[in-house]
Amino acid sequence: MGAQMTMQTTPEHLEYVLRLGDAALIHGQRLSEWCGHAPVLEEDMAMANMALDLIGQARLLLTHAGKLEGQGRDEDALAFLRHEGQYRNPTLCEMPNTDFAHTIVKAFLLGSFNLLLWERLGGSGDAELAAIAAKSLKEARYHAEHTGDWVIRLGDGTEESHRRAQAALDVLWPYTNELFAPNATDDAVSAAGIGPAWAELAAEWEAAVLPVLKAATLTVPARTPFQSYGKFGRHSEYMGHLLAHMQHLPRSFPGATW
Amino acid sequence: MLTEAQAWQALDAVEDPEIPVVSVTELGIVREVVAEGDALRVVVTPTYSGCPATELIAESIVDALKAAGAGAVTVETRLSPAWSTDWIADDARAKLRAYGIVPPQSAAPGGGQVVRFMSRTLPCPRCGSTRTTRLSEFGSTACKALYRCEDCREPFEYFKPI
Ligand SMILES: [Zn+2]
Repeated sequence: MGAQMTMQTTPEHLEYVLRLGDAALIHGQRLSEWCGHAPVLEEDMAMANMALDLIGQARLLLTHAGKLEGQGRDEDALAFLRHEGQYRNPTLCEMPNTDFAHTIVKAFLLGSFNLLLWERLGGSGDAELAAIAAKSLKEARYHAEHTGDWVIRLGDGTEESHRRAQAALDVLWPYTNELFAPNATDDAVSAAGIGPAWAELAAEWEAAVLPVLKAATLTVPARTPFQSYGKFGRHSEYMGHLLAHMQHLPRSFPGATW
Repeated sequence: MLTEAQAWQALDAVEDPEIPVVSVTELGIVREVVAEGDALRVVVTPTYSGCPATELIAESIVDALKAAGAGAVTVETRLSPAWSTDWIADDARAKLRAYGIVPPQSAAPGGGQVVRFMSRTLPCPRCGSTRTTRLSEFGSTACKALYRCEDCREPFEYFKPI
């Protein structure tokens, strides 16, 4: 902990940690929307548990970001009191649930990515980030397992479940381009030994994801030049609605506790 | 005021709020107790990042130590090294089983390897049958998976290794 305080915090370092924190927060918020609505009780519990892990990770990451920023903002101020353009989550995280297949495919694509990211961040030169990563890795493994099993069940299941899983993959796949888009923040953070440039994880991620999609008998869409820009602060039309819902209570009743 | 040994003894009586048959010390979440003059500092580590019991556990620790005669008590959270089910005490494993929760059957997996459709042969904690099926990787709390016994038809939970 002492080390990170004496380490010179760069804007890129803060930006990188915000991306991680916001990705966990917004993905967790979307998963939590299933609470009470999942197709079966077991999945209701699974979604809620994964959401809880992600929001727990977001709390740790945003608390850390607040300290790096050094302006007295805590996890709540960062989670609830920023404007849309200040969130740094990849667009994929904010995509709507649509149906169970969309959520499962999305959580699998993101979960497989998180697994690789946390594994690499376990060796971060930022000691606090390394500790959060080592903890999150244990949780991410169960998320990737659970959602990957479901991708195969749905894709290689009934005609209807296959149709829905394929439709979800067709919609969501182009948004994975953003995860691996090179950028100056990643370059600086990678050079400083804080974490990998996400683009470095592309080949390993495909090696983890493609065999599962194949086992699920799903057709992987061809790569297109499509780019989304959520991690740069330019979000989809879905983000405003998500934030209105998520921020409503803390903005209407500042400082409320229960 | 309390000595460190007395403090550990008092903490042995603090139950996990979600699994009240095991104590916070048996679960291995109390990492250190340090006496600093009249004050005590207790270092705890969370089981899961989002475990909603974490704050309640910290309160229970303070209450138990004060009731045992401690002066000022602070609870500090430490993330590293990350909590592992490998730290659960042997007696606690037997208590979990008697309570209907199968304790972790293997050491915590390392790294980022993923196992697909993991099939574990878990003995039913009620009838001992090994004809059991996993219903979900997630149970009533993040730390457990949900299983069903095909012989006695009762559901049961499994404490997942992490
Ligand atoms: Zn049985």
